[in-house]
Amino acid sequence: MSVDVINRVLDRSESRSHEDARNRIFRWLLFGASVLGLVVLTLLIADVLWSAYHGLVTFDIDVRQFLTATSSSRPGRAGFAANILASVLLIAMTAVLAFFLAVGCAIYLTEYAADGRLTRLIEANLANLAGVPSIVYGLLVLALIVNDAGLGSVILAGAIALALLIVPIIIVASIEAIRAVPDGVRDGAYAMGSTRWQTIRHVVLPQAMPGIMTGTILALARAIGETAPLIMVGTLFHATRYPVTTDPASWLYAPFADFSAMPTQIYTWTFLAQREFDALAALGIVVLLSVLVLLYAVAGVIRRRYETDGGQSHD
Amino acid sequence: MSGDSKAGFIGDEKLSADRRIDRWIRRVFFGCAALTIVTTVAIFLVLFDNAANYFFGARITELLAGATLDRQVSFTEFFTGTRWAPSHAYPSHGVLQIVWGTTVITVGAAFISIPVGTATALYLAEYADPSTRNRLKPILELLAGIPTIVYGFFAVSFVTPVFVDGIATYIVRPIGRAVHWIGTALPSTVGVAGSEVAIGATLIGAGEAMMAQYVGRYSMLAGIIVVGIMTIPMVSSISEDAMQAVPDDLRDGAYALGATKMDVSLGIVIPAAASGILASYVLAVSRAIGETMAVTLAAGFNANITFNPFEEIMTMTAYMVSMARGEAAVGTVEYQSLFAVGLVLFLLTLLMNVVNDLLKRRFQEAYR
Repeated sequence: MSVDVINRVLDRSESRSHEDARNRIFRWLLFGASVLGLVVLTLLIADVLWSAYHGLVTFDIDVRQFLTATSSSRPGRAGFAANILASVLLIAMTAVLAFFLAVGCAIYLTEYAADGRLTRLIEANLANLAGVPSIVYGLLVLALIVNDAGLGSVILAGAIALALLIVPIIIVASIEAIRAVPDGVRDGAYAMGSTRWQTIRHVVLPQAMPGIMTGTILALARAIGETAPLIMVGTLFHATRYPVTTDPASWLYAPFADFSAMPTQIYTWTFLAQREFDALAALGIVVLLSVLVLLYAVAGVIRRRYETDGGQSHD
Repeated sequence: MSGDSKAGFIGDEKLSADRRIDRWIRRVFFGCAALTIVTTVAIFLVLFDNAANYFFGARITELLAGATLDRQVSFTEFFTGTRWAPSHAYPSHGVLQIVWGTTVITVGAAFISIPVGTATALYLAEYADPSTRNRLKPILELLAGIPTIVYGFFAVSFVTPVFVDGIATYIVRPIGRAVHWIGTALPSTVGVAGSEVAIGATLIGAGEAMMAQYVGRYSMLAGIIVVGIMTIPMVSSISEDAMQAVPDDLRDGAYALGATKMDVSLGIVIPAAASGILASYVLAVSRAIGETMAVTLAAGFNANITFNPFEEIMTMTAYMVSMARGEAAVGTVEYQSLFAVGLVLFLLTLLMNVVNDLLKRRFQEAYR
């Protein structure tokens, strides 16, 4: 390989300026390719904002109504509030289900597991799970939970699908955060006579928690935009009613309510070939992306605040 | 990591109680880890079980209990038929038609994501100064973090009506008119009797075919573009990591011999990082196969084996979405077909993931 390079360099040593031109063109090609991402991102955001603005002006959509009413098959009356509420409930349940499972698995793999065949199997399996298409998780929950267990197409079923989807992501982030805790800290605790659990609880987890939280929030940001698994689980075409009411008793039944989350409602509106629904979809996307920006900001704040304390920097 | 520091103080009552708690907690955490294995096993079992229902008219459990085989859909029809319409009045179960949709979108998207992603990675790893790098990398991360449904909306509201329609209107149809005009100017056939070549007639036919290209709400090309764009960040970020891991000694050696930056990039960095770069391609392909919402809204719902990029086409995932949206009743062939298609999809991505894993391992061994 290197001999090949030497030969090529020697061959070309006489035509330096020609060489310079080639290098410059190559450099600009690479630069052009890497700017394409920025171009697409700009187009995408401009497209969404323009569609939303266009909708507000042309179809006279009332933003207040959009944020406070339920969806409707009549675009003039449609709102996003029931979907926002369903997404909040869905993500809260997903977070509870996924967090403990994922952190428990990460602790087992980092602190308890011996480096045996079973551990390697679990780790290889995690890599595989992270590559399973999200729609397959929806299919799994559709068969097992929705139909075989008879739970129906409810928020809890959606939350289980999303939790299964993001567990591998949280595990990977948690393992990284736990491994970043220096061994010396652990050894100090063991030297004081702590058991393994005491060491984990009082020494390792407090130090690893910012990293675990950042990973969890980013995973939830992924979950809140997921559409395909929810469609497989079965969501309402239009969320024409709220999953919970103002009656506190109804909150107990929230996991068993029919629903359509933000992304599934956006899908319905985009799917319907009516200009007015396109505008509603654009407005819905503005709300969804705002939530995402908020989540990213929170994750960024946590990361920055604890970056210096943990003694490790994230590039 | 700290498995060697088991405390050795025995006899203390409090300590042994703590030890017991420790053992229980260990079991709980092991349970969490085991659940991830259970998930994989459950995916396998559920897909096979329900797919068995599709092919044999009974679930695996029912078959084991002695249910009679009732061949609903034959494997021959499934794997060699060329029409996919399970819910049609005269149903047909040739999965090739939607496998084609997935294949053509995946291959087409790779033609966008692989060159652009690799070039981006090379620019970030070898050329960009730190400040440019710090500005470009977050943009790629944002691109990867945008929900797929948003790309779907982008396809319907911009890519198809502006970009794809623009190509059809301003490039393909005018070229078609020109070809048609040339065809009419030329003699219909050229050559000696017995071995004529139908030049004029062929050109007229080709021109007419190009002039007939109009874009509807969905098109294969829109699907290819959107999926291609979505998978750029996957190629670029993993390839860049692989390129960064190439030791500087190799670069310095080449520079010392007078190599230019381009020589080093193409002759040293890319070959040295090859297996890592390949792993990123495999991952991007795997994602493209499983991609659902964007491709559904971009490429559409019409199963169709075609090479025409302006035609509507249906992928496996788009079929699953449309079928789930149609509320296929449990026990119907349509419902079971979801799992047969899902099984094909799962096995395809599993294969990709295994290849990806092998490549990654090879790369890690090279630069440990």
